[in-house]
Formats: sequence, structure tokens, C-alpha cells
Amino acid sequence: MNQPISSPYSDKDLAVMDSIVKRYPRTRSAIMPLLHYLQSIEGYVTETGIETIAQILSLESAEVNAVATFYTQYKRKPVGQYHVGICTNTLCAVMGGDAIYQSVLEHLGIENDGVTDDGKVSVEHIECNAACDYAPVVMANWEFYDNQNVESAKDLVDSMRQGNPPPPTRGPDRLVTWKEASAVLAGINDGLAHQGVQAGDPTLLGLKIAKNSKGGE
Amino acid sequence: MNTLTPVLSAFWDQKDSFTMEGYKRNGGYLALAKALAMDPDKIIEEVKESGLRGRGGAGFPTGMKWGFIPQGDQKDHYLVVNADESEPGTCKDTPLLMANPHVLIEGVIIASYAIRANHAFIYIRGEVTHVVRRVQQAIEDAYSAGLLGKNILGKGFDLELVLHVGAGAYICGEETALLDSLEGFRGQPRLRPPFPAIAGLYARPTVVNNVESIASVPSIIANGAQWFASMGTEKSKGFTLYSLSGHITNPGQFEAPLGITLRELIDMAGGVRAGHKLKFWTPGGSSTPMFTDAHLDVPLDYEGVAAAGSMLGTKALQIFDETTCVVRAVLRWTEFYKHESCGKCTPCREGTWWLVQALKNLENGQGAPEDLEKLLDICDNIMGRSFCALADGAASPIISSLQYFRDEYLEHLKNGGCPFDPAASTIFATAGLR
Repeated sequence: MNQPISSPYSDKDLAVMDSIVKRYPRTRSAIMPLLHYLQSIEGYVTETGIETIAQILSLESAEVNAVATFYTQYKRKPVGQYHVGICTNTLCAVMGGDAIYQSVLEHLGIENDGVTDDGKVSVEHIECNAACDYAPVVMANWEFYDNQNVESAKDLVDSMRQGNPPPPTRGPDRLVTWKEASAVLAGINDGLAHQGVQAGDPTLLGLKIAKNSKGGE
Repeated sequence: MNTLTPVLSAFWDQKDSFTMEGYKRNGGYLALAKALAMDPDKIIEEVKESGLRGRGGAGFPTGMKWGFIPQGDQKDHYLVVNADESEPGTCKDTPLLMANPHVLIEGVIIASYAIRANHAFIYIRGEVTHVVRRVQQAIEDAYSAGLLGKNILGKGFDLELVLHVGAGAYICGEETALLDSLEGFRGQPRLRPPFPAIAGLYARPTVVNNVESIASVPSIIANGAQWFASMGTEKSKGFTLYSLSGHITNPGQFEAPLGITLRELIDMAGGVRAGHKLKFWTPGGSSTPMFTDAHLDVPLDYEGVAAAGSMLGTKALQIFDETTCVVRAVLRWTEFYKHESCGKCTPCREGTWWLVQALKNLENGQGAPEDLEKLLDICDNIMGRSFCALADGAASPIISSLQYFRDEYLEHLKNGGCPFDPAASTIFATAGLR
């Protein structure tokens, strides 16, 4: 960085961004974690954020914009404190994801990508989230809520609006906020890795069968 | 009969399996010490001899890939792990990393040492916060233990390992799109050649391997190539993770030698959903042509599945029973490919869009029987005509479903709409939770 960065972000935030850039052999590789980090500060990717990343990496803001608009996890407007993703790819959809998705939207009175008036919950339908053996799957701030049904998903979003969501099925002891999760995705360790189960039952099914069968021999 | 072979999954049932302590208690990082005492070329030989093939879908021999890296070229080399698990139905790397990130890290160090890379990256998808935490923590713990960084285990080998988190683009699972993404660009595939082994990350020689492939390496080094090759079939050696999901009594992960059949796996999983029967399934994710109940005894290895007209892919076995409308299923997958097409190549970008329009009409009972030919014609015009295989994947479910279920498409037209009740296929249809 030759020139001081002019941005509204705190010195601490700029120092973190600098440390993110230093992870890579070539600075441009830092765009994605920097965008995740911006979302941890402001909740979404702002024009100011784009300008700041462009300055840090000596790029045109259009180049940063091109990247930010390619990836669906970078939001261009605020999402809820709890951003809910409901899997409607084929397997989850068939297993009940479509019904869950429609019911939750109706229940909250919002559309896809919408946010509740209180700013607590936003919902989008998502693609396969690599948890098909736990279908139907609902994500919140990209934490797993496995084996959902219509009622459990409605209860989940209600509890978010009341400010007391249950912990994820396979995740830390409490559901972190969207901004907190975004920091984790930027590579900032929040110290919660040791919390939660190491695996759910479906993950362990084959191992259990192998052990039982060995015991019976 | 016990046909399962838990190796990667052997200690997943221990509560602290994801910690350094838990991993070491079960023999973790012993293979690394052994590897660092070996000549790097000998490691590549060992992996070649084991017969390990890429577990990310393509099945390319891992040792051969490593051998393509030019040595003595005075250039930086890179190892990049593809942890961007996003292929619909695929759910093996994510639980593996949640339960045991250290086995991947140990594999990364060994593989990097073998190809003479001093910088490695794990590119993980962004929609799995807790898995990111686990891998990040494991990397930090490995640095603290002197297993990463300078002079690893005092053997003079240096390695930096960076976790890079994606942001929701399926296409970044394609290795050259992944490299563009890692370089800080939009994730769009590159034209090959040059292949990554010659010009990969930052135009330097690069190996890109799937999580499961790299995680299999420590066990090969610890137990030897012969041990690994004693499992599996003639050309598909070793064990692998099979993921059963959908209309099955007990879905889950099954680690078995390559060549097991779906019939055997379904038996272990307690059968197809009670009171129902198998209609169609994917052997390795939505991009692999679907199978029916006529394929229950196909050996699930690279050759067996190919001979039956599909691909082993990621071994993502998605099971659908007779309540499922195949047109609805295929339409949804096609919408996925349309959404995830990066837009670089015209046939894929435009073709997937038109496929969705045609399939939507058919699912709603509109259109004409000629539309089935139109679908096949579009598929023919997008397959093999783009930089990457996304469009090929988009064509697979359409072509295979028309092969096995053409009458069901026509039934939609006769019926003036979908003849199926979507409620009947939900998991809570029988549980009264709706």
C-alpha cells in the first residue's frame, strides 16, 4: 500500500483487511475474503466497501464490482440478522423443501430475498448445500438446520424474530448473527470451532453398521 | 455380510474427532513423519501404485496428476484442494471436514512435499460456516504444532496453507474456474490446454485435487500402496465414501470398497422408504445420467457405472421412489444449471435457459410431443461445446430421463398437467407433520 487508504472504516478494520491481503502470494486473491469481511462490518457490500477494496488492491472499482456481482453470497442490500436459506434443489424440494419454502414465505409475508419489517429474518431459496442425507435442509447464516419440516421451519423463523433461535443442528452452541458469520467466512477465527457435534447420525450410519457387524462375527 | 471399510470415517464417532488431540490419538500425523523421511518421487510412485483415482467426479489417477508437475523448473508449485462441494446430491466432503479436518491437512502436507509445493490452498464453499470454523481452527492448530510453516518436523520442508472461502458459485467446483476465483476473478473456466499442471494458479504448475482424494493419502502412506490396492476392483482401487439420500429408510454415509452395488447399500440403509419402491437414482450427483431399478446390481466403480451408461461421479446416490415426478425433478436440476451457468460460453448460457422454458411447459402439461425432440436437440447443441462440463451435466438428466421415462413426459401432455401429487413425495407425507 503506497498511499494511505481514505475510507470510513476504523483503523482496526483496515488492519484486519491488511492482514487478509498478506495471506496471499498475490494481493488480488484477497478480494473474496475482503468482501466477506465487508459484510461482517456493514452486513452487505456497499459502494464505499467496493471503493476501499479497490484502493487496497490497486484495482479499478469496476474490477471489484465484477467479482462482487458474480457470487450470490455477496449481498447488495441488507439481509436479516438471520439469513435463512431453504434448499429447493431437486432432492430437498421433493422431500419437502418446496412446501417448507412456500410456507415460510407465506408465514413471514415476504418474497424470495425479502426481509421482515423488523430486520430480523430474510429468506432465499438455495441450491444444494451438501447435506442431502439430512434433507430437507434449512440453513441460517450458513449454519445447518437438518431434517426440517413445515412446522419446525416456521418455529425456527418465529424464534429468530423473538431473538432466541435454537442452536444449529451441527454447529456452535448458539446461532451467530449474519455479520458474525461473515467474519468467520473472511477467515477470522471466532473460537467456536470446538462447539457442537462432530457428526450427526446419518454421517455415522455406515460406521455404526460396520462396527455392529464386526461385533457379531 | 460386512462389505464396509471405514478408514476415513473410522473415528468419526469420537466426540473430539475433529481436534488435533483426537486425530493424534488415532494415529494422526504418523504418516507425515514417514513421508517426510521419504524421497518425494517415491511418494508419487506410492500413490500411483495404490491406484487412487480422483474422488471429485472425474476419476483421474491422482499419482499421475502429481507426476505431471515439472520438477527442477525453478518455478513455484501450488497444491489446491477443491472443497467446493456443490454437485447436487453430493454430501461427503462436508461431513468429512466437520468430523476430521486434520486428515485433509496431513494429506495436504504430504502431497505438497511430493510435488515440491511450498504453498497450498483449500478452496471451500462459503455456505458452511461451521465447517469453515473447523478447518480454520485445524490449520491454526497445525501451525502451532509445527506441522505447517517453516521447517516442518525439523525436516527442512516449508509449507504455508491458506483456507480460501468461496461465495456461492457452483462453477467454482470446476478446477480452472476455481483457480480464477482463487486469483480474485469471477469464477469462469479456462480453455485447456494449458492444463493446471503446467499453468495453473498464477500460471504456475498446480495440482488441484478433491478433499477425499487428498484425505486418502495419509492412509496410503501409512499402510502402503498394496494395502489400498487390495480393496476395490481391478481398475478402481481402494475405499470411498458413498452418500445415500432421498427416499431411503436410513440415509447416510457409507465407506466401502469401490464396486459395491446400490442393492447392497440400500439393504444396509434399511431399504427404500417403507411401502414404496425405487423409481430412479443418480450414481454420482445430478450431472451423471440417472439409473432405474434395472441398475441395482451395477458395480459402483468407474468402469461399471460407465459401462451401464453413466458416470461414478461423486458417488452421490440420490434415491427417488415412485411418488416422484421425473419431469419435476429434471426441471429443478435444469433450473439449477441455468442459474449456475457462468455465462462465458454461449451454448451453455443460452441453451440452459431454453431447456428450462421447454421443461417448464412440459411439466405444466403444455407444449407438444415434438418438444421432447427439441429438448434432445438443444442438449446435442450444448454438450461438448463449452469450455467446461457444466452443460454436459445439464444434458445428462434430460437425456437419461427421456431414455427411461419418455411416457411420463407424454403423460403430462395427455393429462394437461403434472399427474403427481408433490405432497406424496415429501418425507412428512406419512408422518402427519404437514
